[in-house]
Amino acid sequence: MLVHSRTGRWTAWIVFFALFLPLFALPLLVIVAASFATHWSGAFPSGPTTEHYGAAVRGESLEALTTSLVTALTASVLALAVGTWAALAASALGRRAKRLLDALFMLPVAVPSVVVGLAVLVAFSQPPMLLNGTRWIVILAHGVLVTAFAYQSVSAALARLDPAYEQAAASLGARPWLVLWRVKLPLLLPSLNAAAGLCFALSMGELSATMMLYPPDWMPLPVRVFTATDRGALFTGSAVAVVLMGSTLLVLLAVSRIRTRASYR
Amino acid sequence: MASASASARPATHATPASTEPTGTQAKHAQPATTAPADRRDPERGAGRGGRAAGLTRWLWALPPVAVLALVFLYPLYLVVEQSFSPDEGGTSLAPYREVFASEAFREALWTTVWIAVCATIGCLVLGFVLALIIAFVPFPGGKAVAKFIDVFLSFPSFLITLALLFIYGTVGMANGVYTDVTGAASGPFDFLNTPWGVLLAEITYFTPFVMRPLLAAFSGIETAQLEVASSLGARPARIVRQVILPEALPALAAGGSLVLVMCLNEFGIVLFTGAKGVTTLPMLVYSEAILESDYPAACVVAVVNIAISVGLFGLYRALVARTGRGGEGALLKGARRAGA
Repeated sequence: MLVHSRTGRWTAWIVFFALFLPLFALPLLVIVAASFATHWSGAFPSGPTTEHYGAAVRGESLEALTTSLVTALTASVLALAVGTWAALAASALGRRAKRLLDALFMLPVAVPSVVVGLAVLVAFSQPPMLLNGTRWIVILAHGVLVTAFAYQSVSAALARLDPAYEQAAASLGARPWLVLWRVKLPLLLPSLNAAAGLCFALSMGELSATMMLYPPDWMPLPVRVFTATDRGALFTGSAVAVVLMGSTLLVLLAVSRIRTRASYR
Repeated sequence: MASASASARPATHATPASTEPTGTQAKHAQPATTAPADRRDPERGAGRGGRAAGLTRWLWALPPVAVLALVFLYPLYLVVEQSFSPDEGGTSLAPYREVFASEAFREALWTTVWIAVCATIGCLVLGFVLALIIAFVPFPGGKAVAKFIDVFLSFPSFLITLALLFIYGTVGMANGVYTDVTGAASGPFDFLNTPWGVLLAEITYFTPFVMRPLLAAFSGIETAQLEVASSLGARPARIVRQVILPEALPALAAGGSLVLVMCLNEFGIVLFTGAKGVTTLPMLVYSEAILESDYPAACVVAVVNIAISVGLFGLYRALVARTGRGGEGALLKGARRAGA
């Protein structure tokens, strides 16, 4: 306890909520409120309606939702596969080699996502790798952007892993791939799970690279939010944004439930 | 997996000197399972297992690196290459000269840097104060607040700008309250289309990125230390300065440099602001490439942006590597406390 006096404590708490509520809680509340409103000219929104949600789960927006979900799922699976493999391989290398791999795989975080989009666009717009105009270019870019996070969390988990388990398995005669499959991967499951959730959430909200790449028939939710608000349809945009937040949260919740079950096993 | 065991086999034969029981021989050849000595000093392990074992480890690392090279490193190289190839053909510095000479670029560079620096300072101050109160002036619901911050981090940044439109927009909440109270025709808040709107959105969105490592670092500070300091007569301001701040410095440095990089690269917030007056480097890349179809110019701006961000990110990694062990220790300590 840093502050002992009662008034001091209350001052601290008031300062905290005076900063925290308007800055962090209000924006999310406002978006939810706007998604139910027809007018907002004044202090509060007016004309409650659920019409925007009707629009947000139909036609173009529904398509955007499935697009986003498919993109995020595919990109996360690809990123997890590549990231986990790379982390496993890196953990077996020497310290200097591992550092090189760390740097390589963390590089996409440092490079601006818009530039990642530009690079992918430049590279995959010409034969033999002509992906421009297909959904795969979006999925590829998302995969590139989230692989770093998969690599990082699996790498961190590997560093914490107790080597006694695999040594025990190996000393009992288990072949390396059996040790990997039956001992190491199950032990890594909680962090793989966390990485999957992180990758999924990041991919769901990705806008920068997507804006550079998306073909007309593969428009993810963030782009849909942008086109709606850019047209001036702020309330529809808010409803789509709430759908985006809600679906992200639902998937994260599901993933964390799997995680607790995995860690009890 | 079939190819894995195939590539492991020659390595197994290469270690006939090994006297260990069967089954562990392949261990040296397999990167996935390393002996305890290998874990601490892989170089020595590789030497014991023979050169072939080290080679197999490298072979294992090859596929993911090849994938990364194909989908990321090679495209990045193409961007750099294109930045030296003007539309007229050939290789020259002409695109650079052209871009550096343009007013729009210089303004974008300046705008990007000052917004990022100010946003980082704002995030550090705000994040430090908020994390300090959560950690050391605990209140009921503090856990829920920390959870909320985690949730907040999983949302995309542009939502903040969208929300600010409703709060500070010309017909938004703040102006609405003002006109209702004073009876004036219009409110005083009209900064969303200026750099200040971007700054506010960035501070809001990125502050939690500072708070998380800070909370982890704070959980490593013994409360007894604070009690002793305060029983010796130190006032809270002095405890913060002399006890808490030194412990928090690594987390502040790491969080701050991460936020600085993310602010330099931020695109969604600027795009949603929709202001012609606010152009940052990522925004310039987008408008040159997509709206103007001037790829060499876009690539030049991209190279400049990469140089700044990657340089800073390297600095961040160095800071984390130097202080990472302490930070991780703090994290583990916090986890243990929570478990007990």
